[in-house]
Amino acid sequence: MANVIRRQTPAARLGRGLLYGVLILAALFYILPLVVMLMTSVKPLSEISAGSLLSFPQNPTFAPWTKAWGEACTGMRCDGVGGYFWNSFAIVIPAVLISTTIGALNGYALTKWRFKGSELVFALMLFGCFIPFQVVLLPMAQTLGWLGISSSRAGLILVHVVFGIAFTTLFFRNFYVGIPNELVSAAKLDGAGFFRIFWRILLPVSAPIIVVSVIWQFTQIWNDFLFGVAFSAHNTQPVTVALNNLVNTSTGVREYNVDMAAAMIAALPTLVVYVLAGKYFVRGLTAGSVKG
Amino acid sequence: MAALEIHNVRKEFGSERVLKDVSISIDSGEFLILVGPSGCGKSTLMNAIAGLEPVTSGNIYIDGEDVTWRTPADRDIAMVFQSYALYPSMTVRQNISFGLEMRKVPKAEREAAVERVADLLQITHLLERKPAQLSGGQRQRVAMGRALAREPKVYLFDEPLSNLDAKLRVDMRTEIKKLHQRLGTTIVYVTHDQVEAMTLADCIAVMRDGHILQLGSPDEVYNNPVDMFVAGFMGSPSMNFIRASLEDDNGGYQLRIVTPGEDELVLPWPEERIAADMAERLNQPVILGLRPEHFSEEDERLTSQAEGTLLSASVAVVEPTGADILLRLPLGEQEVTARVGPKCAVVAGERLSLRVDMGRAILFDAGTEQRIA
Repeated sequence: MANVIRRQTPAARLGRGLLYGVLILAALFYILPLVVMLMTSVKPLSEISAGSLLSFPQNPTFAPWTKAWGEACTGMRCDGVGGYFWNSFAIVIPAVLISTTIGALNGYALTKWRFKGSELVFALMLFGCFIPFQVVLLPMAQTLGWLGISSSRAGLILVHVVFGIAFTTLFFRNFYVGIPNELVSAAKLDGAGFFRIFWRILLPVSAPIIVVSVIWQFTQIWNDFLFGVAFSAHNTQPVTVALNNLVNTSTGVREYNVDMAAAMIAALPTLVVYVLAGKYFVRGLTAGSVKG
Repeated sequence: MAALEIHNVRKEFGSERVLKDVSISIDSGEFLILVGPSGCGKSTLMNAIAGLEPVTSGNIYIDGEDVTWRTPADRDIAMVFQSYALYPSMTVRQNISFGLEMRKVPKAEREAAVERVADLLQITHLLERKPAQLSGGQRQRVAMGRALAREPKVYLFDEPLSNLDAKLRVDMRTEIKKLHQRLGTTIVYVTHDQVEAMTLADCIAVMRDGHILQLGSPDEVYNNPVDMFVAGFMGSPSMNFIRASLEDDNGGYQLRIVTPGEDELVLPWPEERIAADMAERLNQPVILGLRPEHFSEEDERLTSQAEGTLLSASVAVVEPTGADILLRLPLGEQEVTARVGPKCAVVAGERLSLRVDMGRAILFDAGTEQRIA
């Protein structure tokens, strides 16, 4: 919309100036917590107790970060959040890959291989997007017990996959609806089967929606706390649970700088993912809405 | 042996009957066109032949084999889609050879097939491009190339030209005709464009509401339509339908046309074209079908031997098309279109004497719309 014709009267300029002013203020307000966290995390403890929340660090130090990573106490142990950080990756990566793969296959089957009741199946899957997590905590604990994977990484991955499928199916289904059925018909006539058509025809054009699904699932699973705290043992806890334990462990002086550093560490991966791939996220979500 | 035989095929979606007992048989090398308005079932029939949709009952034979319940891949057919359906992530070369690859044809043979087809369609310079980098006409060629590479028993074309602009459409139409003449392939072609149907087909099936109304050569369908629908559908501008009453004329028959505000018009029906059941319809309303070219200027020669009957009418609109002139004139209760030579100097409002070639006129029942004579 760069070529919109506008009248450049003084009143219009003033209005535009005001608009930008409001937007900039809102943006500053929005980013303030992050700035405060970042500043606090590099201040020595003495500066925090003495200075104001918004003052710039006088003697920046990375000691709180190293402490948060490797020494801070989370509950009974005092080895930082670093180990749990990798725990989270070990849970998130397989869960994201599996749920995205299944979602893609579901979306493909629901749009290109319609069967009697496929709309009902989709409606029920959609319903899965609205189920509150708390409702399934107890039955899920039972199930994991029966399967013999309670308190294990595999169990947590399973839970995230099951919950993620509803969303990933929705994403892929809505994306594949926009891909002409004639493509699939042509491939069928050419002699390709279910998986071959998926692999050779559909998947190569699915990049935008794969990005959406991966970012969405990564953020959801990384930020999850409830399932993490309910279904993990000490050695399989994700970083969100460790962060909570770190902040709640009260021995001696409360180290705000270490808390903030740990929170930053826990939030970093989702931030990085969004900064790197956010452009594709928006593009993928709007893909298909405009022809071209 | 028939290359393709469709035997009493029915298709129902729930309670809706989309195909009602359709039977067609075409020989090897024939060009069959399914034509009809949208919703007539022609695309459904095409999908049934392709195996993309199961039929409710009936049988489909390709080369004598019953393929009714075979998968699309096992029917040895290829299809050109309206949207071309080129695989967007593959190059033109990969698009063309994909079907062969799926059928486990060795690589060298695949390459040879691609070269042959590319040469035939003059798309060799496009082989490494992706579909998105091609123009509409080029995509159309690639889609045909993909079908041709496999050399199947039957080719299916589903409105392949409807996404092209007018000029390109005419060019591609000629090319398809040339290809068919050269390769002698069996083709089933769906279109709603009656000009395509007339120009391309060996055999036209005019469909409506899941029925085949008429199956015949373009000449038969055009000159001997079975009912008013076929007559009106084929030809552009379409046939004029004029309300008239059938009267006795000293043992023969004549048609009386009443035009409001004008003299009555009486057209004698040619003796040699009298049908047996015309006697029952005496003094009853009938519909006279006259194509625009059945009119001509008074001094022009008629194509058939008959002298033709003169009539005079005031011209309402003059539409020159370049090659000829279309005149709109009131006749009976409606306006009719007449096609005259480009030199006709008539202007709107003038009266003009026209010859009507009653030897080619067609008579329909006003109620059933079926042909009488």
